[in-house]
Amino acid sequence: MKRLEKVKVGYRVAIVVGLLLLVTAPLFVSNWIVFVVTLGCAKGMVVLGVVLLLRGGLISLGHGLYYAAGAYAAAFALNRWNIREIYLLIPLSLLAGGGMAALTGLLLRRYRGIFFAMLSLAFSMILYTVLFKFYDVTGGTDGMRIHLAKEGVPLFFYYLTLVLTMGVIYLGRRIIASPLGYMMQAVRYNEIRVEYMGASVGMVIYFTYVISGMLGGLGGGLVALNVGHVAPELAYWTACADFVFVAILGGANHVLAPFLGSIVFEFVKNYAFKFSPNTWQMTLGGILLLIIFFLPQGLWSLTETIERKVIQWQLSSKQ
Amino acid sequence: METAAIILFDGIGFASWLFLISAGITFIFGVLRILNIAHGSIFALGAYMGAWIGGRFLGGQYPTWLSFPILIASAAIVAFTIGPFIERVFLKRIYQEEEVIPLLTTFALFLMLEDAIKLTWGIEPRFIDKPFQMMGQVRLGGISFAGYPFLLTGIAVLCAAFLWLIVNKTWFGRQVRSVIGDREISSAMGINVARIDTFAFILGSFLAALGGAFIAPMISVEPGIGIEVIVLAFAVVGIGGLGSVGGAALGCVLVGTARAAAVHLYPELELFVIYALMMFVLILRPKGFFGGIEVRRI
Repeated sequence: MKRLEKVKVGYRVAIVVGLLLLVTAPLFVSNWIVFVVTLGCAKGMVVLGVVLLLRGGLISLGHGLYYAAGAYAAAFALNRWNIREIYLLIPLSLLAGGGMAALTGLLLRRYRGIFFAMLSLAFSMILYTVLFKFYDVTGGTDGMRIHLAKEGVPLFFYYLTLVLTMGVIYLGRRIIASPLGYMMQAVRYNEIRVEYMGASVGMVIYFTYVISGMLGGLGGGLVALNVGHVAPELAYWTACADFVFVAILGGANHVLAPFLGSIVFEFVKNYAFKFSPNTWQMTLGGILLLIIFFLPQGLWSLTETIERKVIQWQLSSKQ
Repeated sequence: METAAIILFDGIGFASWLFLISAGITFIFGVLRILNIAHGSIFALGAYMGAWIGGRFLGGQYPTWLSFPILIASAAIVAFTIGPFIERVFLKRIYQEEEVIPLLTTFALFLMLEDAIKLTWGIEPRFIDKPFQMMGQVRLGGISFAGYPFLLTGIAVLCAAFLWLIVNKTWFGRQVRSVIGDREISSAMGINVARIDTFAFILGSFLAALGGAFIAPMISVEPGIGIEVIVLAFAVVGIGGLGSVGGAALGCVLVGTARAAAVHLYPELELFVIYALMMFVLILRPKGFFGGIEVRRI
């Protein structure tokens, strides 16, 4: 009992220290690191959406759809309707992602396994072609710029993203621990028994899907406002596959895992770009293979290994 | 009328090429139960190998008719080296995992192969246009068509017949069908399932590499062709039903004509039409046209 509590205290200390580090980070690290962490957190939200579905055994190869929907919603609102209020733009991206998911989810909830993956991929590619080809409206391949240029904007966005990330993590925890979250896990193992229990598998998947779409839109909006530019590639299938990649990289066992995975991924991508500009894809592919073969539960499982080690060490030292 | 004829012939030419690639994907899925994203890279490797052997290695100094054996040989080289490598080293470890793991493994291989291609052959486009010029022009009903797509159609039909013969009329094919039906029972009956897996993967890869080698004379071989082709092949196998080669053929004809129609009538919609088609088919028939029924476990 004592020991378990010690581990719990250890976790709390780690969380507080991590939070302090994140909050004070802009004081002692360079700007690009702050920027990369911001992107990592924002994309982590999208990955959390993917992970929520993955917990139910559903592979979303089309989360670029909601990501791009959120990003373009922010860009449209800014450029066409001249809405400059960030506190309006961000809910708008969230609604765009959620609304889109509410539509596609009606169809997607009937599919499982590889067919779910392929149909969601098709939806995402349709949005990609629309964004790509109708350049009068969407700017085509060039995409659209987002002008929010003011002093101190990156720092403001960093803290905004951080606050939103905390909120998302809290809500994510609640969702995973809610009946919906448990039901989703049950769907992964045996759908028919969930139906026998009296729950509607379709509704469980649908609600999870809409939540996951909202997360996608929110992440997309934040990334768009941060980078200041949107392009159709946000919805391309390689972008979608990257989210699943990060989901596996981080792991699906904890709500923090997607964010850890996402931040690590952003850094790895940046360094791979820098040190091996010709082989960065190879580096990413190699890392993915290593994770799949040697750390199949993702980076987060390392913390569990450490926890086990600590408990073992305590047990052996007490005797 | 004239436009309709052009659309039809264009569509069939495009469909034949697409068939070579998607037949491989769907065949591999049928046997191994893996949706192979790295298939796009194998296609690109085939194209590069063909262009390289024809263009650089032989320096273009060979009689034109010899380019066809060269193209077939380069496809075989790719299939018999890369195929077993991918299957034996990576895929055989993950057959038991849930669907997301094989999908991501092949995605990782795809990323690595894309860079490997760039490192080996550089980023400048390559050409091997002798075969294309050799086929010349064909005049049909007052419209002149390039002759090469007809050759592609011939090859696609030949490959389809070949595949059908292998699967339905040979000892190997009987084992393959047995493995498709039930891996465990096949293994218990004395079939070497691991070897069937490898050969099936090589066969599928050969089709993709062949598609790459024979499309090389029509296009400029450059980085990124693998990415484009895989999204098309996904749409085709989605429409036809995963695991069904006949379905892939139907999907190719549908996608090919739809794309050709879009290109001639409303070019903005090219890729959109293909995916909208896939969406509609999947909505009406959730497993595609010829997708099998899966048993739900209680």
